[in-house]
Amino acid sequence: MTPRQRDLLESIGSHGLVLLAVGFSLYPILWVVSLAFSGATTLAPQVLPIPSEPTLEPMREVIGATRIEADGGEIWLFGRQLANSVIVSLATALVGVAIAIPTAYAFARFDFVGKRGGMRVLLATQMFPAVASAVPLFMILEALDLLNTRSGLVLCYASTSIPFAVFQLRSAFEAIPEDLEEAAMVDGATRFQAFVRVVLPVARPAIAVTFLFAFMTAYNEFILAATLLNDERAFTLPVVLQRFIGEYDARWDLFAAGAIVVSLPVMLLFYQVQRHMVAGLGAGGVKG
Amino acid sequence: MLKRSAIALVFLLVWLIAPIVQAKQPVKLWHAYRGAEEQALQEIIAAFDGQVELLAVPYDAFGSKLQSTVPLGEGPDLYIDAHERLGDYRERGIVAPLPEALAAGLAPAFYADKTIAAVTIEGAALGLPLSQKCLALYVNVELFAGLGIEPPTTLEQIVGLADRLPKGTFALAYEARGAYAHAALLAAFGGALLDVETNDYSFEGPAAARSLELAVALIEAGVVPEDADGALVTNLFKAGQAATAISGPWLAADLGERVAYRVMLLPIVEETGQRMRPLLTVEAAMLSPKGAQNPDALRLLEHLASAEAATIRAQRARSLTARSDLPLSQDPLLQAFAEQAALADLTPSTAAMRAVWEPANRAIRKVMRGDVPADTALAEGRRRFDDVRRPPPPPASPTPLLIVLGLLSLFGAGVLVQRARQREGWTDLRRSLPAYAYISLGVLAVGVLVILPILFGAGAALFAGKPHAMYYVGLANFYEILTARGAPLLSSGSFYVVLAVTVLWTVVNVALHLGIGMALGIALSRPAMRLRGVYRVLLIVPWAVPSYVTALAWRGMFHRQFGAVTGVIHAINDLFGASLEPIAWFARFSTAFTANVATNVWLGFPFMMVVTLGALTAVPKDVLEAAEVDGATRWQRLTRITLPMIAPTMIPAVTLGAIWTFNMFNVVFLVSGGEPDGTTDILVSEAYRWAFTREAQYGYAAAYAVLIFLLLLFTSRLTDRFMLGSKRASQ
Repeated sequence: MTPRQRDLLESIGSHGLVLLAVGFSLYPILWVVSLAFSGATTLAPQVLPIPSEPTLEPMREVIGATRIEADGGEIWLFGRQLANSVIVSLATALVGVAIAIPTAYAFARFDFVGKRGGMRVLLATQMFPAVASAVPLFMILEALDLLNTRSGLVLCYASTSIPFAVFQLRSAFEAIPEDLEEAAMVDGATRFQAFVRVVLPVARPAIAVTFLFAFMTAYNEFILAATLLNDERAFTLPVVLQRFIGEYDARWDLFAAGAIVVSLPVMLLFYQVQRHMVAGLGAGGVKG
Repeated sequence: MLKRSAIALVFLLVWLIAPIVQAKQPVKLWHAYRGAEEQALQEIIAAFDGQVELLAVPYDAFGSKLQSTVPLGEGPDLYIDAHERLGDYRERGIVAPLPEALAAGLAPAFYADKTIAAVTIEGAALGLPLSQKCLALYVNVELFAGLGIEPPTTLEQIVGLADRLPKGTFALAYEARGAYAHAALLAAFGGALLDVETNDYSFEGPAAARSLELAVALIEAGVVPEDADGALVTNLFKAGQAATAISGPWLAADLGERVAYRVMLLPIVEETGQRMRPLLTVEAAMLSPKGAQNPDALRLLEHLASAEAATIRAQRARSLTARSDLPLSQDPLLQAFAEQAALADLTPSTAAMRAVWEPANRAIRKVMRGDVPADTALAEGRRRFDDVRRPPPPPASPTPLLIVLGLLSLFGAGVLVQRARQREGWTDLRRSLPAYAYISLGVLAVGVLVILPILFGAGAALFAGKPHAMYYVGLANFYEILTARGAPLLSSGSFYVVLAVTVLWTVVNVALHLGIGMALGIALSRPAMRLRGVYRVLLIVPWAVPSYVTALAWRGMFHRQFGAVTGVIHAINDLFGASLEPIAWFARFSTAFTANVATNVWLGFPFMMVVTLGALTAVPKDVLEAAEVDGATRWQRLTRITLPMIAPTMIPAVTLGAIWTFNMFNVVFLVSGGEPDGTTDILVSEAYRWAFTREAQYGYAAAYAVLIFLLLLFTSRLTDRFMLGSKRASQ
């Protein structure tokens, strides 16, 4: 076998492998799409996800949801809820990342009493199942007077996203050579100025990826949101999706249509961030 | 001076008026209605003289929302829910008894005895009945007209239909695998799920066995579809692929004008001469303790239960009123349901009834899978019920705990004092101050909203009893879990068996995530790879879609009769002339486990792929080129250079991935739901069941959570040691 033949074989092999994986990753999603645009449910097992009796009705019903206010005015409920989801998630990501950045920087650069223990505790928080910590969380939120508020939700989401964000960012900061800050400090900058002006711009890819993760935890969460929010106008979209599944009957077409709309903003964000993602997630590699 | 006192006076006035203003707040009403029922409720509210704030709560969140708000004085003034929950709500103090004036309205002049009994517990009236729901028989009128026969009145007539129907059409569609629908058949054999007199499990004995055998025979004969859930029943009847269906009023709401149908009484089982009797649910408006003090809420309650409201509900949502003093509706659907409801058995609202569902469902499914004969499965159900209803552990003296805590704090204080005496301790601390400034916000947020709930949650593991009346039991919960509550240590559902499944689950998933993710990452990062950007985007998609959506999509694909996987098997049979049987994915541990793994691998491989891609960018090209010049083969370059160089990045990702997989609740709960027979449950889903479905044994669930935590902590420390050790050895 000549090297050229071998290259060709390798090329075919890897394209084959990747195409197989693409099929695997898209197939279930195409089912959801097909369900969302089907006017009727077919009851013969199908191989290809093609909508039967294509219709836009479920989509229209989900997106067109409105609500009559007490004063007689009508508001576009779905739009309001979409905005809630986006705002809550953006706020979560902003707060979470803003808190995680200095914390991670300290863990990467400073030596302090409790550093090793702190990292261990952060890892340990990931090990305790939420099943048992949800009820105490409500009691704490009540004590802080944050029940039934979007800010309470944002604070909860942001706090839960901090441990992972700190892991991510710490390895990214560690990958940045310390000489950069030292040079800036020789030029008269304080440590904090060096951190803000020199380190943060270099760490941008990692920060973008961390931001995306924090955004997603908030955007997809529904148990806490369904329990905390007591006003339809404050609901986030996953709570709305839950509503399509009732005690006895489930409107899967509406659920699927809603799922597509819910996924679109995240997909857009993914598309924007995915270039950074490779650089951001791999940054720890240099130093481990 | 005058100005200042004037301002003070205004403030005082505002402060005095404030409570009055607050009392004029709108009445808060919560419900879980959708579609026509929701519209009817809105119309009823519009006719009410007063401000009302409506909230439609997702059905799944209803109970937990009430539990987390009402005891704190938040939440609704009144809410609409099924009467079955009243027993539970009463124990938790979520529902308040009706005031005298309203309770007097709950009289035989207005309501049937059964409906009154539904909302009365130990003599206390806890709500006003609004509507009734039960199962009845739906008949496809056109299909019967086409066959030229009368609609059936006995089950045997329905069975006789099977031969005359076209292929793919079932004679009867009903949710055979669920205890709720099976209860109707059981009643025809003189049995019941719960003995109302003794308040004890009674899904056992010859009646239960016989009813189960009949249900299995119906499925085996192809009369009834197997593995049917509510959605499938609806879809089959809607598509004309079921001649009859046993379902509730919600089916009519879904059918609209699509199918010409008629609703009739459930059929008689000729074998016993008895008619099938469904369970009856009464939907009632209930008051929270806060609402019971609010005159507006009481007025609204009266309005909701009024005759006018009942008329609106009947016209708009075709729902059957709970009142017996109203003229009979002209709607044939309502007439049929009224007749059926009069024959139905009221669902008991006791705690024992809530503990019946899981064992009964499991027993039914076990028999339908053909695993064991009916009496064995029923005996197992009985054991399971007794296990859940076992008496809680006795209270323990908190003295040992206090002594341990005292010793620990003494020890801690000792360590602190010793540190403080050392000089380095102080200088270290002073040196740490700048770092503390950086981490302070993070410590505060994680400390209050993550670590504090965990500590409280872990503390609950030492308590037992009903929520809001928990008492200290020491380590009794742990003792019970680790001794499998007296059953053999390796019996199904014991901690050790579930742990083994969880470990297997974690190892298989992480291995596949890592294998697939790394293979794709390496393939994509070949310098000559084209379309890399496109592939990368397409492969990341599973990660971007909410996992609860895709988990449900996967469950649908694995349905034995109608799923896409079965479609693929049919296609293979057609193409290659093979004769593969469709697989009942959730009937065996191996296949159900595989279905769970397939879903979770699908969800998790993109993360590992992206991590691999990132790690690969850090592998210097010149080293690889030098190795190639030196004559290293591709395989050697991969295993000797690339893999060791990306390992440091991969290890933390694998650790986190393993922890997340170990606690991956969504997939297990939504895809297999623990089937068959709870064997695919992992520790987290087991903990969830104890916390929410098995009598809310919250302390017990917390003990599970603590054990999970300790296991993960111990394992991660162990691997840490191991890794450190191997690192030192290699240096």
